[in-house]
Amino acid sequence: MTTTPRTSPEIGGMGHSLKRKEDPRFIRGQGNYVDDVSLPGMLHMDIVRSPFAHARIKKIDTTAALKVPGVLAVITGETLAQFNLHWMPTLMSDTQMVLPTEKVMYQAQEVAAVIATDRYTAADGVAAVEVDYDPLPVVVDPFKALEPGAPVLRTDKKDKKDNRIFHWEVGDRAGTDQAFKDAAAVVKQRIYIPRIHVASIETCGCVASFNKTDGKLTVWMTTQAPHAIRTVFALVAGHVGLSEEKIRIISPDIGGGFGGKVPVYPGYVIAVAASVVTGKPVKWVEDRMENLQADSFARDYHIDAELAADKDGRMTALRIKTLADHGYADAAANPSKFPAGLFSICTGSYDIKSAFVEVDGVYTNKAPGGIAYRCSFRVTEAAHAIERMVDVLAQQLKIDPALLRMKNFIPPDKFPYKSATGWEYDSGNYAGALNKAMDQIGYAALRKEQADKRARGELMGIGICSFTEIVGAGPSKHFDILGIKMFDSCELRVHPTGKALARFGTKSQGQGHETTYAQIIAEELGIPAAHVQVEEGDTDTAPYGLGTYASRSTPVAGAAGAMAARKVRDKAKKIAAHLLEVAEEDLVWEPGKFSVKGAPNKAKTIQEIALAAYTNHPQGMEAGLEAVNYYDPPNLTFPFGSYICVVDIDRGTGEVKIRRFVAIDDCGNIINPMIVQGQVHGGLTMGMAPALLEEISYDESGNIQGGSFMDYLVPTAVETPKWETGHTVTPSPHHPLGAKGVGESATVGAPPAIANAVVDALAHLGVTHIDIPITPEKVWRILKDKGVAE
Amino acid sequence: MARHTVRLTVNGTPREADVESRLLLVHLLRESFRLTGTHIGCDTTHCGACTVLLDGVPVKSCTVLAVQADGRKVTTVEGLETDKLHPIQEAFMEEHGLQCGFCTPGMMLTSAALLEKTKNPGEDEIRHAISGNLCRCTGYVNIVKAVQHAAAKLG
Repeated sequence: MTTTPRTSPEIGGMGHSLKRKEDPRFIRGQGNYVDDVSLPGMLHMDIVRSPFAHARIKKIDTTAALKVPGVLAVITGETLAQFNLHWMPTLMSDTQMVLPTEKVMYQAQEVAAVIATDRYTAADGVAAVEVDYDPLPVVVDPFKALEPGAPVLRTDKKDKKDNRIFHWEVGDRAGTDQAFKDAAAVVKQRIYIPRIHVASIETCGCVASFNKTDGKLTVWMTTQAPHAIRTVFALVAGHVGLSEEKIRIISPDIGGGFGGKVPVYPGYVIAVAASVVTGKPVKWVEDRMENLQADSFARDYHIDAELAADKDGRMTALRIKTLADHGYADAAANPSKFPAGLFSICTGSYDIKSAFVEVDGVYTNKAPGGIAYRCSFRVTEAAHAIERMVDVLAQQLKIDPALLRMKNFIPPDKFPYKSATGWEYDSGNYAGALNKAMDQIGYAALRKEQADKRARGELMGIGICSFTEIVGAGPSKHFDILGIKMFDSCELRVHPTGKALARFGTKSQGQGHETTYAQIIAEELGIPAAHVQVEEGDTDTAPYGLGTYASRSTPVAGAAGAMAARKVRDKAKKIAAHLLEVAEEDLVWEPGKFSVKGAPNKAKTIQEIALAAYTNHPQGMEAGLEAVNYYDPPNLTFPFGSYICVVDIDRGTGEVKIRRFVAIDDCGNIINPMIVQGQVHGGLTMGMAPALLEEISYDESGNIQGGSFMDYLVPTAVETPKWETGHTVTPSPHHPLGAKGVGESATVGAPPAIANAVVDALAHLGVTHIDIPITPEKVWRILKDKGVAE
Repeated sequence: MARHTVRLTVNGTPREADVESRLLLVHLLRESFRLTGTHIGCDTTHCGACTVLLDGVPVKSCTVLAVQADGRKVTTVEGLETDKLHPIQEAFMEEHGLQCGFCTPGMMLTSAALLEKTKNPGEDEIRHAISGNLCRCTGYVNIVKAVQHAAAKLG
């Protein structure tokens, strides 16, 4: 099912699979990514990184490095300390070193930066910097980090006596405890969701260019949130003369973001400092190992989950206690009031009366972070917890997992639905999506096939996930980042010839905003999408917005686009009434023109009206046809879906093969079906990746395992199955277009579907849970243990 | 460090450069010749964003020295289009085989080389052929479709 278009293909509004406006430049290699920026006299920066996870720096000797021909400077923490720029705030109001003056706190931490005439010379300089370290005790295990007597890591914080960052809780503790006491059935499970990395194919970097004459700083930067970055730079470096009106952040084409390009990394700040000091442009682009080892990670949640049910299998209560390993600093990218993001969406798609959730954040000697990996602020962790627990319960109760879900779904007539953890779900039809998925995959036949195979000793599993997402942050009452409310914006100008320019506060990283936003304007004004130029990412020209992450572009900036277009339409109506010499009430709108009621031949097109706005506007009205909207969403949106995965397991190798995967998504009304399907394909692959392949772990000494593409296994086309997709459409009642956002749904929904399928394949052997990534080795060990390995 | 003069043909045009022995082909293309369509995504020859054709064979230009390209023919993404788009370029656009565009040049060159030697590759063959090129956005489904689309067009 797709949304039926209201506009003609020539206009190309919502529901049309318009080819992307971005593509002509990308297929010719004419995209403009940060590393493609080259300025006259540009210098290059490379970074010295710590081999130790925790050590005191005894000495940094830059003598040999400075002798390398072409090396101009070596910047250390001491250099930055002269300007009080050696520390910076994180987005979670924690602090983080830019460069150390005393200690390093994680392997691959930035220690010094070499500035040179070209990138090879800068690397020579890095090799020549000698650092003398005195290793310190390393804290790797987050549970041990909280034990009494554990070394206190953040000695820079005066009164800090332990390694706890925060304790956060939501829900009704007493009520939930009581519900567990009264329950007929209770299941418990420890679930670890390991540390992973977004690994966008473009790494992070910037070109910082400070003009000493006019004091203007321009930074081309791999950022998903250019406006917020500008303000952060002004706040962090205001004391050295960087003033917000003189800072211009340009986020050019971005080679994938997925949340990894939200934070401010030390490299950006050092490059800016280097440009200010040298007066020359400085380029810094990290390599892949730096990217994987030092940039913000995702997940790393140790979850203890308990689910209670009555004798009929109706879920009554959920209790979750989680330890969140944030590494050396809380450098997550959550809304400020949500230290564990939107993890409290963990009651999922189910009508569970009581819930209590608590999360403790912990410091360890690991790279700092806690960003999203293509999801809305910890919703993947939440979905994994509840969707695994539902299957654990189904297994204990010996109920088919599809049936257990159907029995417990929030019914369609209960929306808007207030969850036990306080969210108000906007709309949903969960049974509709699951039924469609079951029909499409042939669920009953698969269960029969599984029974037959099991009798023959073959291992086949079927896994279901019926997730609910929470995206589109967010209403300003609750959602801000460093105090800046999470609105987003559109500035729309209609030119005299009826063509339009629309600028937004977000920033696409591959999602196709230039196309989708143009379609929104086309839908609302009837100006062909081909004639709507969309721009974003340049803080000197685009209106202020919080950026693109957490599937917020369509829910927030897309809504701003629709509202700006409606403002333009209101003015256009006044002009049309003037031109047609009728009252406004006598006009009717259809995409592209106003006509007089009962006299459809008396009409003015939006193009005629646009021309009149500049040539023949009514007396007393301002000339021009433009509008700005800063959209503050009344609520979040709640996309959902049901996924079913079929796996076969090789008893000889433990390899899990995904035979089929059906994904039914409901993201409300669809703007561009082709783009939506592409987002789902990509999201599914980024869901499969942590389910089967990806993990960054640390050994006892804090050495990173999985710090390069040698051993951090990003899926190739060979491991990736042929995804089967479909949709149901349940519009959001509060979004002006009824849309909900889709970029991340599949990343949220895929991992539990896969994990549930593997566990299902092994359930008859007594297996109730396997932590992701479910590697062949992990499965083979289970098979061996159960005596069924071949 | 020793320097060398390399002479090579890039997208049909003879080019010459004075290079250090250690200069990588990808940097020669991107920085000396300003052909920035060839991208860099890793340092371990895994991602394939830097794929170019060396005498018609896909290579990862981050693992080829500029001096190794001396006397040879290099095709980059900028050389795919002649008086009209190459069928693989058209197919990627038609089938929505790209999102952020960063892996796209390498992916298209690998695919174009496959179609040069194999007329109608099957899905498995395509998936194996592009398995040295990582894409984080598309999930490969539409890339496979694009290669099939181009194959049909090329007959």
